[in-house]
Amino acid sequence: MLQLKSVSKRYKTGDLALKNVTLEIPDGQVLALIGPSGAGKSTLIRCINRLVDPTEGSITLGDLEISSLSSWALRKARRRMGMIFQEYALVERLTVMENVLSGRLGYVGFWQSWFRRFPAKDIKEAYRLLDRVGLAHMADKRADELSGGQRQRVGIARALIQDPALLLVDEPTASLDPKTSRQIMRLICELCDERKLSAIINIHDVLLAQMFAKRVVGLQLGEIVYDGPPDGLGPDVLTQIYGEEDWEATIRKVEDEDEEGAEEAALS
Amino acid sequence: MPTIETQDGPVWKRRTTAKSLLTWFCWLIGVAIVVYCWELVSERTIWFFVQDAGTQAADMASRMVPPKWDYMDVLWQPVWDTINIATLGTGIALVFAVPVAFLAARNTTPHPTIRAIALLVIVSSRSINSLIWALMLVAIIGPGVFAGVIAIALRSVGFCAKLLYESIEEIDPRQVEAITATGATRAQQLGYGIVPQIMPSFAGISVFRWDINIRESTVLGLVGAGGIGIQLDASISTLAWTQVSVILLVILATVLVSEWVSAKVRAAII
Repeated sequence: MLQLKSVSKRYKTGDLALKNVTLEIPDGQVLALIGPSGAGKSTLIRCINRLVDPTEGSITLGDLEISSLSSWALRKARRRMGMIFQEYALVERLTVMENVLSGRLGYVGFWQSWFRRFPAKDIKEAYRLLDRVGLAHMADKRADELSGGQRQRVGIARALIQDPALLLVDEPTASLDPKTSRQIMRLICELCDERKLSAIINIHDVLLAQMFAKRVVGLQLGEIVYDGPPDGLGPDVLTQIYGEEDWEATIRKVEDEDEEGAEEAALS
Repeated sequence: MPTIETQDGPVWKRRTTAKSLLTWFCWLIGVAIVVYCWELVSERTIWFFVQDAGTQAADMASRMVPPKWDYMDVLWQPVWDTINIATLGTGIALVFAVPVAFLAARNTTPHPTIRAIALLVIVSSRSINSLIWALMLVAIIGPGVFAGVIAIALRSVGFCAKLLYESIEEIDPRQVEAITATGATRAQQLGYGIVPQIMPSFAGISVFRWDINIRESTVLGLVGAGGIGIQLDASISTLAWTQVSVILLVILATVLVSEWVSAKVRAAII
């Protein structure tokens, strides 16, 4: 269970990125966080693993109060939170295997990691995960030789090898083509299901959010303006989140693509 | 505003009239300074000596040929010394430059005060030419190859650290953020997030500086700090021009080889 209680973040520049956000995510729930650019989606998930320090409020994962941890304890807590990034954020000049194993950095000492002497069970797990995401044959390739979809799969493997309780996913599909986007979203959701992970997925694409998440939260100017099931996203709600626009086309398209998506899933 | 409204619609120009006048005025001042300096230099030059520069050069060239090839027997040792001065000097410099660079880079320094000290180290090392370092070191630790090695190292620390800290500041922060998010320690963030990103520039800087040091160490002998410069100095003082030409050819060959090596290394790394 992840709990956020009146979390606010004010940047040094004075911008108030989050206003009093309260949110509760039960174990095993996949939540899509939608909202326009600059709504505070990235800030919100970065407050959870404290890549950004929240100004006010409390965040608890299980019974651990994350917002008040010392830097040593914070590192231990981060091991339980896997993060997946918009532009993959792989270390470009390291191999796929090294990138996956970097997910274990929180568990090994400095010299062990410097000389790449990871425990045998970590390496076995890395191979298993690479196989699961369909990249077993790519282990020795350098990360910058991979295509976007492949890189994001490596990013997913890196997050999962941490053995997390929670996945923080920041715009996983923003730099991918529509087909790859769906494959990646499907993979993330399947893996969450397999391992009973909860996940927060920041996503621009309303259609993808509706297709894959059981719960959608809409963020606008740092405030939650919608929290409910995906089919509750009517024109009124979308207008409230994103502003005035003709939403009818978007919503109709959802139904079409939903069927198409189901077919695709049945085929694969 | 460069867009000017007229009757026929807006006209776009690169600069406003005032700004382009100012630009021309700056150019005018620049040209005036060049002319003034030329005048100054010209007044202080004895043109009588310059007039026969061509004849003098031709005369010296004629005295340089044919190169005295037997002299090579004496030169092998100093050439070897020269290469060693450059290589050891660069090696020692890199050992110190890496930590200084991490302390000087805005995104890895532990504290602004430490950053200021690191920058001071870089500036003071860079501001003094290796020949001057050598002059002082010969006085302090006596003449010889060792003074040369230290002189090269002292000058190179600043150079390497400066280029390295600039490349540390230009890394992609998202890769470091991703490593941080796994629960890595500061040291691990450095090892996994930053080091792989700066490896190409580290290799490039090292061979580039080594290449420069080969050339610099050829003159260190002029002040007694070892290497081929000692022979060069001796040959010039005794007007042994055929020996000078051999030395110059040897230096040329050494530099060519070092150019070739550094080009190979750079190509292999990137």
